[in-house]
Amino acid sequence: MSNQPKKIDCGRRRLILATAAVGGAGAIGALVPFVSSLLPSERAKAAGAPVEVDISKLGVGQMMTVEWRGKPVWIIHRSPAMLETLPKLKDAVADPDSSTESQQPAYAQNATRSIKPEYMVVIGICTHLGCSPSQKFKAGSEEGMAGDWLGGFLCPCHGSTFDFAGRVFKAKPAPTNLEVPPHYYISDTRILIGEEKKGA
Amino acid sequence: MAGGTFKKYESDGTMSGALLEWFDKRFPLTSMWRGHLSEYYAPKNFNFWYFFGSLALLVLVIQVVTGIFLVMHYKPDAAVNAAGVPVAFASVEYIMRDVPGGWFIRYMHSTGASAFFIVVYLHMFRGLIYGSYRKPRELTWLFGVGIFLVLMGEAFFGYLLPWGQMSYWGAQVIVNLFSAIPIIGNDLSLFIRGDFVVGDATLNRFFSFHVIAFPLILLGLVAAHILALHETGSNNPDGIDIKENKDENGIPLDGIPFHPYYTVKDIVGVVAFLFIFFAVLFFAPEGGGYFLETPNFYPADPLKTPPHIAPVWYFTPFYSILRAMVWNFFGLDAKFWGVVAMGASVLVFAFLPWLDNAPVRSIRYRGPLTKTLLTLFVICFFVLGYLGTLSPTPMGELISQICMVYYFAFFFGMPWWTRMDTYKQVPDRVTMH
Repeated sequence: MSNQPKKIDCGRRRLILATAAVGGAGAIGALVPFVSSLLPSERAKAAGAPVEVDISKLGVGQMMTVEWRGKPVWIIHRSPAMLETLPKLKDAVADPDSSTESQQPAYAQNATRSIKPEYMVVIGICTHLGCSPSQKFKAGSEEGMAGDWLGGFLCPCHGSTFDFAGRVFKAKPAPTNLEVPPHYYISDTRILIGEEKKGA
Repeated sequence: MAGGTFKKYESDGTMSGALLEWFDKRFPLTSMWRGHLSEYYAPKNFNFWYFFGSLALLVLVIQVVTGIFLVMHYKPDAAVNAAGVPVAFASVEYIMRDVPGGWFIRYMHSTGASAFFIVVYLHMFRGLIYGSYRKPRELTWLFGVGIFLVLMGEAFFGYLLPWGQMSYWGAQVIVNLFSAIPIIGNDLSLFIRGDFVVGDATLNRFFSFHVIAFPLILLGLVAAHILALHETGSNNPDGIDIKENKDENGIPLDGIPFHPYYTVKDIVGVVAFLFIFFAVLFFAPEGGGYFLETPNFYPADPLKTPPHIAPVWYFTPFYSILRAMVWNFFGLDAKFWGVVAMGASVLVFAFLPWLDNAPVRSIRYRGPLTKTLLTLFVICFFVLGYLGTLSPTPMGELISQICMVYYFAFFFGMPWWTRMDTYKQVPDRVTMH
C-alpha cells in the first residue's frame, strides 16, 4: 500500500478501467451466441413448403381448412348470397378496399379479396392475437351474434368479427383484415398455397 | 437485528458444543439463526392476515418438490407419437394414469399453482390494508412485486407444458401480445417463440425457463424479500413502528421473537391451509374448471381454437383490462394500448409506496373515504376477474371498461384522495384485539 493514500495513481486507475472495459466487452460478446440461439433455427426456417389443395369436393357455402407453415388456411366456397353481403358491409368494415398492402398479394386486392370471387383463400388466424376465428355463417340467427349479423367469423378470444372476405369490422380489437397467403390456381380444381404464380 | 452483531457460540465443553463452536467460527450459523428467527422481534399483534407470507413459502416448497418429481416423467416434445398424440401431452397422461402416485404429484403441482396465487393475492391485500409498502419497507414491497411478476411468468410457462388446447392457444395469444409493440414487436414475438408458430422450439424453451431460469430468479427474489423485511422489521395491523418503544436491552416492548412464537402460530395456518388444499386436491382437483380448464384435456391443435378460451383465473383481472381497451390513441391501434394497459395494471403496484400520501399506514386509522375506495377497488378486481373468464359480450366489455377506469383512477388518484381523507389518532403502542 502507498504511504500517501490520498494521491491517486493515474497509471493504475487507467489499468483498472482498461481491465474492466475488456472484461465487460468479453461479457457482452459472450451474450451473442446465447441470444442468437433463441432465434428460429435453420430447420425452422427451411420448413414451410407450399401446400397443394384439391377443392373439387368443396360444396357451395362450405369451408375447408388446410395446414400451411403450421397455420390454418381456410378455403371458403362462397355462395352468391355470401358474396352479396360484401358490398353491403362497405361502411361496417374497417378497411373495405383492402388498402393495407401487407394483408394480401396484389392479385387479391379487390372487392372480394380473392383471385376467383367464389373461392376465398385466407389464413385463419386473427390479426389481433393469433386465435383462429370460428364460423358464424348463418345470418342473424347465430348464437352470440347481433340480430343484423350477415354471416362471417367471430374470434372466440377477444370478439373480433370478420365478413366472408376476412375483412375486420370497425371498433374491434383486430387491427387489420385477415391475411391472404400467396397462392395460385394450378388448374380449376387445384390451388397451390404458399407460392406465387411464376411470371405473374 | 438481522445483520447485527451476535457473539459467536462458545463451547460448553461437550462434544456437540465443541462441534458447534468449530462450525460457528467458520460460518455465521448462530448469528443467522438469532438474527432471523430466535431474536428477530416481530410485533406481537399479528393477526389472520399474517399467515400468508409463510404459506407462500410453503407453497413454493410444494411446487419445487413436486416439480422435481414431475420432470422425471414429463417430456417436452411437441412431435406426434405413434398413437397420433403429441409426446408432451401423452407424457402428462402417462403421469396421471401409469406412474404410481403420479396423479397425486401432478394434482399437487397444478392445485399448488392456483393456491400460490390465492395466497399471494391475500398476502398483497394484507400489505394494501395495513400500509406495509410504506416507508421504510418500499424495497421489501418492490422485491414482492418482482416475485409477483416472476410468478406470473412461471405460471404462464408452466401452463404450456401439458400441450393441451388451452396451453397452446393461451401461449399463442400471450406471445402475440408482444407483436403489438411498434417496430420491434413482430421480431420480438418471433424471438420468444423461436419459430414462426408456437411449436416444439417454444415448448422446449418454456420448459427450460419453467424448471431452471425462473425458479432460480424466484428463489433469489424471495431471499431478498425476506432479508429486506428483516432489515426494517415487520409492519403490523396498527402500522406502528415498534422500534420506537424499546426496553433497557434494546428489545422492542411490543416485539416477540419470531421463533418460537410465530413459527408455532404459523403451524396453525399451515394445518388449516393443508386441510383446504387437500380437500381441493382430492375432491375437486380441476377446481371447477378454474384450476385446470376443460379444453386442456384435449391435445393442442394448431388449426382450431376452442370455442371459448380464457386464461387461468389468476390472470383474468389483467386479461379483462387487455380486452377492455378498444380505443386507438396517438395513431397507435387499440391492440398496442391493450397491452400497455394490461402491463400497467400489474406494474402500477410497484408505485404504491410513492402514491400513498396518508399520514398513517393502517386501514384502522384511515377514514371512510379510503375504506370506500378500497372496497370498490376490491369489487372491481373481482368483477374484472370474473368477466375475464367469460366470452366477450358488449355488456361485459362496458362493465370491464368502467372497472378498468376505476382501477387506474384508484391508483393515480391516490396522491390526492389520501390527502382528502380524515384520519384517526394512531396510538403509541400496538393494540390487541
